[in-house]
Amino acid sequence: MFRSVMAGLKEQADMTVYVNGVETPAWDGETVASILLRVPNVGRQTPVSGETRLPYCQMGVCFECLAVVDGVPSVQGCLMPLKDGMRIERQRGRREVGQ
Amino acid sequence: MSYDVVVIGAGPAGMAAAVQLAKLGISVCVVDEQPAPGGQIWRGVERNATSPVFKALGEDYQKGSSATAAFHAAGIDYQPAAQVWQIEDGWKVFLTAEGKSRCITAKAILLANGAQERPVPFAGWTLPGVMTVGAAQILLKSGGMLPEGDVWIAGAGPLPLLYATQLLELGGKVAGYIDTSQKPSLKALSHLPAAWRDFPGLMKGLRWIWKLRRSGKLVRNTRNLRATGDGQLRQIEWESNGKTRKRDVGVLLVHEGVVPRIHETMALGCDHDWNDQQKYFAPRVDQWGETSRKGIFVAGDAGGIGGWKVATVSGEIAGLGIARFLNIGIDAEKLRREAALDDGRKRAMALRPLLDALYTPPQTPIADDVVVCRCEEVTAGRIREAARASAPDVGAVKAATRCGMGPCQGRQCGYSVQALVAEVNNLPVGDVRFFNIRPPLKPVTLGEIATLQDVEA
Repeated sequence: MFRSVMAGLKEQADMTVYVNGVETPAWDGETVASILLRVPNVGRQTPVSGETRLPYCQMGVCFECLAVVDGVPSVQGCLMPLKDGMRIERQRGRREVGQ
Repeated sequence: MSYDVVVIGAGPAGMAAAVQLAKLGISVCVVDEQPAPGGQIWRGVERNATSPVFKALGEDYQKGSSATAAFHAAGIDYQPAAQVWQIEDGWKVFLTAEGKSRCITAKAILLANGAQERPVPFAGWTLPGVMTVGAAQILLKSGGMLPEGDVWIAGAGPLPLLYATQLLELGGKVAGYIDTSQKPSLKALSHLPAAWRDFPGLMKGLRWIWKLRRSGKLVRNTRNLRATGDGQLRQIEWESNGKTRKRDVGVLLVHEGVVPRIHETMALGCDHDWNDQQKYFAPRVDQWGETSRKGIFVAGDAGGIGGWKVATVSGEIAGLGIARFLNIGIDAEKLRREAALDDGRKRAMALRPLLDALYTPPQTPIADDVVVCRCEEVTAGRIREAARASAPDVGAVKAATRCGMGPCQGRQCGYSVQALVAEVNNLPVGDVRFFNIRPPLKPVTLGEIATLQDVEA
């Protein structure tokens, strides 16, 4: 749905992250929320109906970009810069107490 | 940790205020959600200085470089990537950063936490593929992301025009642009003479509109825009001249203006006023930016939408106001006069009455089957039903339907629920109150709270 302008300018990506276990090239300045818009099947599933959502506001107010980041659930993706080697997984429903 | 002042938000207002405070020898800590200073308008401005998107983002964006440089040079304590989840009397600011919670105490607090885009529910707005124009622009500032496929923009106001221009400049494509603004009223045009005071601003807007007209992709006078698709946006539909039009769409970007972030001032019990033209609440402040609660100040868009230039000046004014409040023996009135801050504010505000009158929020009733509360998936129909069965109060509707109880805490549905309760009860919208905002302001885990240390009861 989105691509980086950098993809056409640089030969190599700035870093590699793992989205649902799949190696994915990423660019400096990207957040977890931007990767959710570039890779299929990683948008959160709502706790109510289970439908899939993707980031809506990118400024920390809609909570549609929740994801599991390095094992931590319910991370607000738009506020989390990508780091090399980061592992991002789909958030399914709500997070449990004790997780 | 203890400071004279905690500033919440590192956008134009927060940075300007912090620099002003530091200059006066006042100890200040700036707390911000973002990993780098600049707020939403100048998001990523330091990192992007060497990026190919820098030029396309335009002059106003590039001006952020000097503001962030001045902020760093002032040697201010700065806590980036932090979420403030509670503010208590005294004043105590509770925040979480890197999975750990802390409490910072201060004699005064400046809320410079800016604005958010006004959420306007319509059929299909929860589908993946639909997002706000502001969101798309932030993506451009974070890693140079451009939308792919058939990109449609539907909205009103300066931001969609600016974003479309930036996108085209970077080789992106806009398949169509639906202008949802109403025909300019005579009242709006009466603000034109005052707007001439900001001639470059006015010309910039006209240039954007002209460019867009020439592209032949502008659609006007539409009704009932809706997005459709099975689990993913595929098409948009609207009515125009009595006919239904359909287009295949990859990405739909929407925008209906911005509103102040008020959760913090609401939770603190500050007095608010209803702006009936722009349909939002803003904290009531005095000429120094102080709210009805002593020691709580507001600057920038959080106190009413004015844009980054107004935000910068209001930050400087609030900085002086806080110095005055702290009684450190400066003549704040004199400093304010010498820096000609009131003239600066007036100039920066010149275009606003025209913009506010031109781009009023849409007043189309929300259809019953449209989801209003995105978090708890509550439709307008259920909200109306609950509103009919209770007193004209959003609290009763919230308790009956769970709307506003999800992680966003009513940031997306608040104004829509208020408008629906008003509609059902045949009341002016401003006569219905906003949700009761309770702690925590942002979700916080028990584990994070458990890391708190040295908090006096």
